[in-house]
Amino acid sequence: MKSLEELRALREKMKSQTDNRSVAGADETVIKVGMATCGIAAGARPVLDALLEEADKRHLHNVSISQTGCIGMCRLEPIVEVFKDGQKYTYVHMTADKARKVMNDHVVNGNPCKEYLISEN
Amino acid sequence: MRELALNILDIAENSLSAGAKNIQIGLKADTQRDEMEIRIADDGCGMDAEMLARVTDPFTTTRTTRKVGMGLPLFRFSAESAGGDFSVKSEKGKGTEVCARYKIGHIDRMPLGDFGGVVLQLITMNPDVDFFVTAEFDGEKGVLDTKEFRAVMDGIPLNAPQVRVFLRDYIQENLVTIYGGRL
Repeated sequence: MKSLEELRALREKMKSQTDNRSVAGADETVIKVGMATCGIAAGARPVLDALLEEADKRHLHNVSISQTGCIGMCRLEPIVEVFKDGQKYTYVHMTADKARKVMNDHVVNGNPCKEYLISEN
Repeated sequence: MRELALNILDIAENSLSAGAKNIQIGLKADTQRDEMEIRIADDGCGMDAEMLARVTDPFTTTRTTRKVGMGLPLFRFSAESAGGDFSVKSEKGKGTEVCARYKIGHIDRMPLGDFGGVVLQLITMNPDVDFFVTAEFDGEKGVLDTKEFRAVMDGIPLNAPQVRVFLRDYIQENLVTIYGGRL
């Protein structure tokens, strides 16, 4: 069973490592997932999970993923906003698979997935 | 909403937007009495009696973008359509407590769903808020208190990736196994 003892060991381990995250700065990509009633009901949770999982798998240190309230276009939920290179990209009708593709193509490789953008829908 | 866990997430989001710093989530099931209870309590800004009286009306919301708010009505519906009942208590400046009760065996009771995943999401997405989560099933009880984690971690945020992995396993072993797939 996981215990606080184990957490203490983890803390010591983490303190001895240098944190790459604090090095990342201006080139940070910010991702926000709408997580109000509309988003949750439309399936925003699996989308958020997929994004976190993908960021974890690829050890992306310059990506911050968070949730936000109602973005205002409930019928287009789940909505994912990506803030990258000083621009905002709004992806709509997202699924876990689409989220993984956005992570690969856009966040990592810099090619926005045009077909999922709000302007195409 | 197809899972009660999603309702919990949604109601806890209300607590967060009410500025809560401490949120309690309680899940309690008693198979002898065929009853299950979900309780979410916070120390947010609360609401006055007038707001409280119409808070489960879908045409009541604090949002200014539109006139509907479906969170509490959907949660209420989930309980009342499953042989249970629903209550909201609130005091301005003190906080709010939402409680939904269900008949476990009722055919229209939605499954609990990914309760552990929701708890993990709430904690890691709101690393500055304290959560106290309990799961009780026929007398067995599991507890998670982020204050304990915070004391141990000494400044390392609870949303750091390694900590998240720990939390995921902790939730699985201390909360989810209590009711394990039976709700």
